[in-house]
Amino acid sequence: MRWLIAIVVAAASLAGTASEDQRPVTLAATTSTDNSGFLNYKPPLLHAGTGIDVRVVVAGTGQAIRYAERGDADLLLVHHTASEEKFISDGHGVERYDLMYNDLVVVGPETDPAGVGGLQDATQALTEIAQKKILFTSRGDDSGTHKRGLALWRDANLDPAKNGSGWYREVGAGQGAALNIASSLGAYCLTDRATWLSFRNRGTLKLLVEGDRRLFNQYGLIAVNPAVHPHTKADAAQTIVHWLLSEAGQTAINGFRIGDEQAFHANAKPSS
Amino acid sequence: MNDLSAAFTSAVALITNLDAELLAIIGLSLRVSLSAVALAALIGLPLGAAVALSSFPGRGVVVALLNALMGLPPVVVGLLIYLLLSRAGPLGEFGILFTPAAMVIAQTILVAPIIAALTRQVVFDLHAEYDEQLRSLQIGWWHALATLLWEGRYSLLTALLAGFGRASAEVGAVMIVGGNINHVTRVMTTTIALETSKGNLSLALGLGFVLIALIVAVNAAALALQKFAQRAHG
Repeated sequence: MRWLIAIVVAAASLAGTASEDQRPVTLAATTSTDNSGFLNYKPPLLHAGTGIDVRVVVAGTGQAIRYAERGDADLLLVHHTASEEKFISDGHGVERYDLMYNDLVVVGPETDPAGVGGLQDATQALTEIAQKKILFTSRGDDSGTHKRGLALWRDANLDPAKNGSGWYREVGAGQGAALNIASSLGAYCLTDRATWLSFRNRGTLKLLVEGDRRLFNQYGLIAVNPAVHPHTKADAAQTIVHWLLSEAGQTAINGFRIGDEQAFHANAKPSS
Repeated sequence: MNDLSAAFTSAVALITNLDAELLAIIGLSLRVSLSAVALAALIGLPLGAAVALSSFPGRGVVVALLNALMGLPPVVVGLLIYLLLSRAGPLGEFGILFTPAAMVIAQTILVAPIIAALTRQVVFDLHAEYDEQLRSLQIGWWHALATLLWEGRYSLLTALLAGFGRASAEVGAVMIVGGNINHVTRVMTTTIALETSKGNLSLALGLGFVLIALIVAVNAAALALQKFAQRAHG
């Protein structure tokens, strides 16, 4: 162990590590919020609003929550309310706030072999895809979108992970990678709208199903609990939470556009 | 074909424009990988030479192990270092997860066995060649170790370059322990992975060409230095 620590210290001095006080806030954020350019917009949204340096570590919701549970992040921005509430009840978070929403959509090949284009009912669309055994790429990575996909399949009384062999492909990857695969295979895929809007390798993929209430996609914001993780940058994290929930923060969220489409819709409850 | 020519075009554009952001990413890639190679050399050169010059029971196993560790999977090393450096891990108090230091540590562990294994072979061969001379001069073990390392310096440069190749090309370890944070821990390979996931395939491949050019440049510089030194020493 001694030599290991010696290496750590040597490496730290070589690469130059900020001391604990200067350490910026670490935000574990879901892929869609970062890949779309929302967080690293120029100037970076959170720094512009609060003056605080924020480092964004991007991961699927499941992994982001595990980062925070291990104390490796100070703030969490994810989109799976049930997992977020469990994170709070396990004591890892201070409080969970609704921050903003967008929606999930089903994309698929232009030719639409399952004939789901324009359907309003997401489970009906999935049922059509399953019955016709058309390729569907699932992320299979415990992300928020993956979990939502699984719930939709359950609503449709289907279990493709078990008996969808041949057409249901668990790619075990982030949203972008799943879309790349769908694009090459001509497969259907469930994605959040922000990632879809900013995705550049669409090939023949097209947005086919949207507007189902069940595709509503709520993002939650949580500061990590300093009582459980004493090293956390609690004050700075709270400042960021306050700003994002404030009118200024909510306006900034609504102002972010991909092309000419609004990517996220702010919906924090006004503080009482 | 279209994608490939688009990638070439974007590589050329990236190199001719060299914006500040790309320069920073290239700089960090070099800083991390060269630091890792330097640290790994501090461990690997003496370790490899020591194994070459020692005889002890189980030496064959150590040699085989050293050779096998050249194939350490980066993603596994990344995970291991992540668990060590995570706040919940034994070295969490240092707070260096998601910093360049963490990336240097992970790459050092990937590179050290490569340098050690190649050094062992070089020193072993040299030792066979110089054994009698060393004996007749009654040179001690440590002195012999240092002498053989010095004599093998030109071959050992190749070991260091092999290590650098490994470090600068891997993405699995730095992605996990660095977190690919914009302006902080984003290096060439993680940028390429990110742009691929955004569907910017030609930009990603263009960055790939830039990375390959960078590795070629480092190798060329090292070989030029070697030539220069050889000439100076006659």
